[in-house]
Amino acid sequence: MNFFDQTAHELLALLKEGKTTSEAIASSFMTRAKVVNAKTNAFIRLPEAAPDSCGVIPLPIGIKDNICIKNALTTCGSRILVGFRPPYDAGVVEKVKDSGGIVLGGLNMDEFAFGSSTETSAYGPVRNPWDQAHVPGGSSGGSAASVAAGQVVWALGSDTGGSVRQPASFCGVVGLKPTYGRVSRYGLVAFGSSLDQIGPLTKDVTDCAMLLNIIAGFDRRDSTSVDRPVPDYTKALVRDVKSLRIGVPREYFIEGIQPAVLKAVRDAIDVLKNAGAVVKEISLPHTQYAVAVYYIVATAEASSNLARFDGVQYGLRVLPDKARKTALVDMYETTRQKGFGDEAKRRIMLGTYVLSSGYYDAYYLRAQKVRTLIKQDFEKAFAQCDAIVCPTSPTTAFRIGEKIADPLAMYLSDIFTIPANLAGIPAVSLPCGFDAQKLPIGLQIMTKAFDEETLLRVAFSYEQATPWHLERAKL
Amino acid sequence: MINTNTVNYIASLARLHLDEGEAGKFARNLEDIIHYVEQLNKLDVKDVKPTSHVLDVENVFRADAVTPSLSNDQALGFAVDRHKGFYKVPKIIE
Amino acid sequence: MEFETVIGLEVHLQLNTQTKIFCGCRNAFGNEPNTNVCPVCLGLPGSLPVLNRQVLLNGIKAGLALNCEINTFVKFDRKNYYYPDLPKGYQISQYDFPIAKKGFLTVVSDGKEKRIGITRAHLEEDAGKLIHDDSLNASLVDYNRTGTPLIEIVSEPDMRSAQDAYDYLTALKLTLQYLDVSDCDMEKGSLRCDANVSIRPKGETKLGTKTELKNLNSFKAVKSAIEYEVERQQRIVLSGGKIVQETLLWDENKGVTITMRSKEEAHDYRYFPEPDLVPFTLTPAEIDAVRQELPELPYVKQKRLQAEYGLNEYDSFVLINDRAMADFFEACTKLYPEFKKICNWITGPVMKETNERKMALAELHLSPEKMVALIRSVEDGTISNLVGKDVLTAVIDTGKDVASVIREKGLAQISDDSALEKIIEEVLKENPQVIDQIKAGKGSATGFLVGQAMKKMQGKANPKKLNDLIQRRLQNA
Repeated sequence: MNFFDQTAHELLALLKEGKTTSEAIASSFMTRAKVVNAKTNAFIRLPEAAPDSCGVIPLPIGIKDNICIKNALTTCGSRILVGFRPPYDAGVVEKVKDSGGIVLGGLNMDEFAFGSSTETSAYGPVRNPWDQAHVPGGSSGGSAASVAAGQVVWALGSDTGGSVRQPASFCGVVGLKPTYGRVSRYGLVAFGSSLDQIGPLTKDVTDCAMLLNIIAGFDRRDSTSVDRPVPDYTKALVRDVKSLRIGVPREYFIEGIQPAVLKAVRDAIDVLKNAGAVVKEISLPHTQYAVAVYYIVATAEASSNLARFDGVQYGLRVLPDKARKTALVDMYETTRQKGFGDEAKRRIMLGTYVLSSGYYDAYYLRAQKVRTLIKQDFEKAFAQCDAIVCPTSPTTAFRIGEKIADPLAMYLSDIFTIPANLAGIPAVSLPCGFDAQKLPIGLQIMTKAFDEETLLRVAFSYEQATPWHLERAKL
Repeated sequence: MINTNTVNYIASLARLHLDEGEAGKFARNLEDIIHYVEQLNKLDVKDVKPTSHVLDVENVFRADAVTPSLSNDQALGFAVDRHKGFYKVPKIIE
Repeated sequence: MEFETVIGLEVHLQLNTQTKIFCGCRNAFGNEPNTNVCPVCLGLPGSLPVLNRQVLLNGIKAGLALNCEINTFVKFDRKNYYYPDLPKGYQISQYDFPIAKKGFLTVVSDGKEKRIGITRAHLEEDAGKLIHDDSLNASLVDYNRTGTPLIEIVSEPDMRSAQDAYDYLTALKLTLQYLDVSDCDMEKGSLRCDANVSIRPKGETKLGTKTELKNLNSFKAVKSAIEYEVERQQRIVLSGGKIVQETLLWDENKGVTITMRSKEEAHDYRYFPEPDLVPFTLTPAEIDAVRQELPELPYVKQKRLQAEYGLNEYDSFVLINDRAMADFFEACTKLYPEFKKICNWITGPVMKETNERKMALAELHLSPEKMVALIRSVEDGTISNLVGKDVLTAVIDTGKDVASVIREKGLAQISDDSALEKIIEEVLKENPQVIDQIKAGKGSATGFLVGQAMKKMQGKANPKKLNDLIQRRLQNA
């Protein structure tokens, strides 16, 4: 029996039964991580010796490279942070360490989380464990792939517009974005501050609930973190959707969705119906505007958040061969030119443009107003249903190189995941089948704010009635 | 209309140097995206309040109490360039 | 052509809370570089701000003292620009919902009261410090100051002369010192001031083109720079030229305003609401609670001191200039009814002590009880006025009470008539020519004899008594 195919709860059972030790588990994963990384490139840098661990849950956990680990290299998938080691741990890393977790940083990602395929990383793309010619999704592609490939037991990623859920769906694992404010953002390198959340990527829903238990909770260092008790999310793992009202939004079942995805999701809804859920069609009328709102609000925030990467304090500093303007401005402009990739530059410029003098009202202010409409769509919907079910992504994992030349096409692949970030509600993606190429398909469930319990209950009920969570990529 | 002049201006606001040819490429990208997001103009948002914070939370404070600072070594540990206790940058003319 | 000067001032004050505005680093001046820093004020990736509640309260206090409307909905915004002393590449400030607006400050100038409008006051974080080092051909950055809480107070363009500006700054500084929200010390950098100056033909209501003056390092410099700039603008207009809207630096050494060397492009700050800080709502009850805590403000106190204690304008002004002195004065009046005498002792010898020792009143450990005991000792003849000043110094030096000092140093005036008469005899014997002068009608010469007697007695005599005895003696002669 190998460890790398086991879930966290299975490994913990083995530990409890005395059938193995945490050192043996850690060592096994370290070896697996190295061996398989040549195929996935999920890790930007391979973990060295596994740190010692003693704690309740002493399992290897992968950390996306935009989450600060004290004194460890943290690059956010970018060249501009080369050599940077933060002098502090992120809030979630402290919690993971406190629970005994063996923290393995360096999971590959789209540069600064800008992307849906992990192709914009300065450290090479990540390859989908199910088919290495395909993307793992993004921006938490390394997190999803490392879990699917058994390089780590479970992982943390970040989700601003779908960056945990979409790679989860492409890699056949579970990925959850908590309610905004449920998990601390302290130590997460910011992209879209009003949208970002750190979330778990795991092999199954039980693991997801366990990891959410560890990372959720108030952090006084994050003003947007909510002071609300954390329930035991594992108590929500109950197979019961009787009389639960499932809303199926018509705007999420449109032209252009891959037929296999459409079929798998409809089949999943039938599974829930057969288990006693009441299914009804609902409408989220402003769905079509979500991508537009996102690419104004998120890029505006990002353009400001990335202004600190300037060569003054840390990371890369490049001076031009020939002076152009003043020494200072030259340093800024050349460092950022050499340090950022094209997608980062695009988003920074887009964000700068929509905030610039004369354009604020037309773009940013307007987008914030439409965001209100999208949030209200969900509030109205949750008056009529307990959970919304839909696809995570319009397609399964596309080929590496297929969409990278067309930014707008890439942005549209986030169409179903973005709304949950705009509304601040929790959402999860879990496997619901495969297409003809054996590429995983993801089912998305959304609930109202701070109702991760219903979210997990519906997910668990579906999962336990189906075989998908038992499949493993063969590497 | 986002042309290369606009892009060059935005790039300078964002402290980004663009090589020849880059401005044109980015201008096309930005033009496409701005054109796409302009569909928001179809909506009547006159009476809608903007959402800057998706949470219904207000008045989050900390007490006026000292917490530990970093040591100078920790603060400069990652410094690109340093001199005695300072970060060092190219000479600035004011 | 007659011109009218129009001046507005932007004043930045560092608030004196224990910690910085968004993190728990000490809010202190003068530490070794980059030792009062943390991930938040260094703007490290992943760091987040959390508002220091005391900063908000101090902002409300200042707004109320400046007669402003306090906004019940308050938020922060990002002001985006690039400079090495700004680690995040943006400053967290307030744009459209500042803490306070539409207030005024009453300024007394030449005995006349004038109201200067206050447009707004807002809270923001300070930037770090840059040192330009020619020998290294580099600039050095110290982030200790980043995150220091600032309140920026913007006046209406209501000032009409450089003197107005000087008086406004004096009144503003005093008012905020009374609130104990800031040291208001330009030398330490806890008060910084920029001036916006323009001129227009007298009678014209439209504002002329303004220039912004920076690098003003003292109130005096503010006055001189404005005077220079007004003259410069007048010269330009009179010779047919146009004023260019620009930022000018005041050169203290040369006494001129100069254009900044680096061509400053107009900043596009791209303000947007700070997503990392939630909004703040204040209830009228909360604002009232702060209002209740406001101390009596300086000019109100000054008027009251004049009315209640019969002090004149000048004396009351001196007292209120240091809230501690004014409070000390009032404490003494509870123990002794001679208000003018108390005032003279405080504005004279006590202030001399604080000035020479470069200490605050509190550091002298001079209690109202001791002060009054000293005054009584002089008034009842135990010691002379002159000796009284020495006793004050000794009481401060030793911390002992007045009676002990007088006794231990044997400073008590000799009141025994026979002892005094003996000394007088000596003095008269030594100064026969003076006696002649007195007899010839020069009464003031008596004072000389009194002085000689005081000298012989090492000051331990009541001069008035000596004068009386000498006069009696001479009459009898």
